[in-house]
Amino acid sequence: MMFDRIFEKDVAITGVGQSAVGRPVARSGMRLTLDACLEAIADAGLTRADIDGVACWPGDNNNGDAFSPVGPNALIGTLGLQVNWYGGGYEGPGPLAGIINGAMAIASGLCRHVLVFRTITEASRRKVDKNASALTNKTIGRDSSFFWQWYTPFNVLSAINLMALYTQRHFHEYGTTPEQLAQIALTCRTNAALNPKAIYRTPLSLDDYFASRMISTPLRMLDCDVHCDASTAIILSRADVAGDGPNPPIRLEAIGAALHQPWSWDQIDLTATAARDVGEMMWARTDLKPKDVGSAQLYDGFSILTMIWLEALGLCPRGESGRFVEGGHRIARDGQLPINTNGGQLSGGRTHGLGYVHEACSQLWGRAGERQIAPHHVSVVAAGGGPLGGSVLLVRD
Amino acid sequence: MTRKLPLLTEDNSPFWQGGAQGRLLIHHCADCTRFFHPPAPICPHCGSFEVAPRAVSGEGKVLSYTINHQAWRPDLTEPYVVAIVELAEQAGLRFVTNIVGLPAEAVHIDMPVRVRFEQHEDVWLPLFEKDA
Ligand SMILES: [Zn+2]
Repeated sequence: MMFDRIFEKDVAITGVGQSAVGRPVARSGMRLTLDACLEAIADAGLTRADIDGVACWPGDNNNGDAFSPVGPNALIGTLGLQVNWYGGGYEGPGPLAGIINGAMAIASGLCRHVLVFRTITEASRRKVDKNASALTNKTIGRDSSFFWQWYTPFNVLSAINLMALYTQRHFHEYGTTPEQLAQIALTCRTNAALNPKAIYRTPLSLDDYFASRMISTPLRMLDCDVHCDASTAIILSRADVAGDGPNPPIRLEAIGAALHQPWSWDQIDLTATAARDVGEMMWARTDLKPKDVGSAQLYDGFSILTMIWLEALGLCPRGESGRFVEGGHRIARDGQLPINTNGGQLSGGRTHGLGYVHEACSQLWGRAGERQIAPHHVSVVAAGGGPLGGSVLLVRD
Repeated sequence: MTRKLPLLTEDNSPFWQGGAQGRLLIHHCADCTRFFHPPAPICPHCGSFEVAPRAVSGEGKVLSYTINHQAWRPDLTEPYVVAIVELAEQAGLRFVTNIVGLPAEAVHIDMPVRVRFEQHEDVWLPLFEKDA
């Protein structure tokens, strides 16, 4: 892979914001969104008038779905923004697509300051409909989805069944063990204990893990992230004006996107998944190397995905993630590669993508409070599972 | 066990209805002589439109599997096995299905399997059982 222009080097993060995170939060999706966005705008030293672009993944699905109840259209009107560009939509390289698209809008000259946000109200929704996110609810009657029709007839009604297939294959090919997998949940819980916004903060033991209910072998309840209500916002600014604000700019050193395998859960590489393509693209766009990474915020919608991201991004050799995380010392807050320092989605809450960016910036800026890790300059964020995936390498000079 | 059935189209109906004649029909390209799945009007390998469904042996092996324990619907109280089966005809030719006809705990990776159709309305689901 060769690239002769790295557009993201024109872009930096200048502010972040986040609403209350709860299970549930007694605020509307729009109110959560406003809380996050206004905090991010102020954090960047900007006003509403400075925001000339808005990006969101997946945006409004036109159905009030709690997976994404607020999109750019609603926010722009509600906040009275005057933008030169906006965009949303599910089809893109996963939960970081808003960051990638917003950065492209800046690099193309359309915008100077893009507001990227992600709102989710699955905790409120599940109070009234426990199966709100089941795949059977995505279509009424027969499954007409180009993709999901290959799974729902076989009663694959949750993504966990597909993740379990990847996990079982990883166990088979590489000798990965349930104890090693459990470490992701344990590490996230240890970190969450120091995050006042995390959903679950009480200590978790390996016995607790093995006592948790089996959902789809070998994945248990504690391998699944925890639904919440939350909104997260990130301000992207053009590099030449990024230094005008109060925060040291955090540069987008390189982005990666899953682009080279079919958009399918079973036609892709079953143990590397599309994450493999993300890592290859990202490292082809920078002179930095995996050894330069000081912290990693890696998608843990299901624990196995964090293991897959460790390998896909070259943070450990392929097939070695089990041995890498074993015992937890390497990935602890004081280890060689701290991961998911706010408790991830497994214990912190399923903010779904931008929560990882928020945490990476908080750590790079030294504002992570009690959970602050040692000073470092490079952090990697990656999000998505199966065919969905994207990453961004962040640098604070 | 009830099923959410696929909406039939010109492209997918051979796969979902081949079981009516006891045949597992997989799209095949006459130009590059390779199978592909899911079915489509064009070969993803070589771009040819010379594609048509072709009966395969129905034999394969388990690439991966999971025993589902969660009742996503009230009727799904019994554990069931979701698997990815690779067909004997071509490496990488595979799809998600269920393994039936044996205790869930007996399923393992690389287990040889054979197709067994289960009819629901106008759809014949290609499920797999252990190949004796
Ligand atoms: Zn062909």
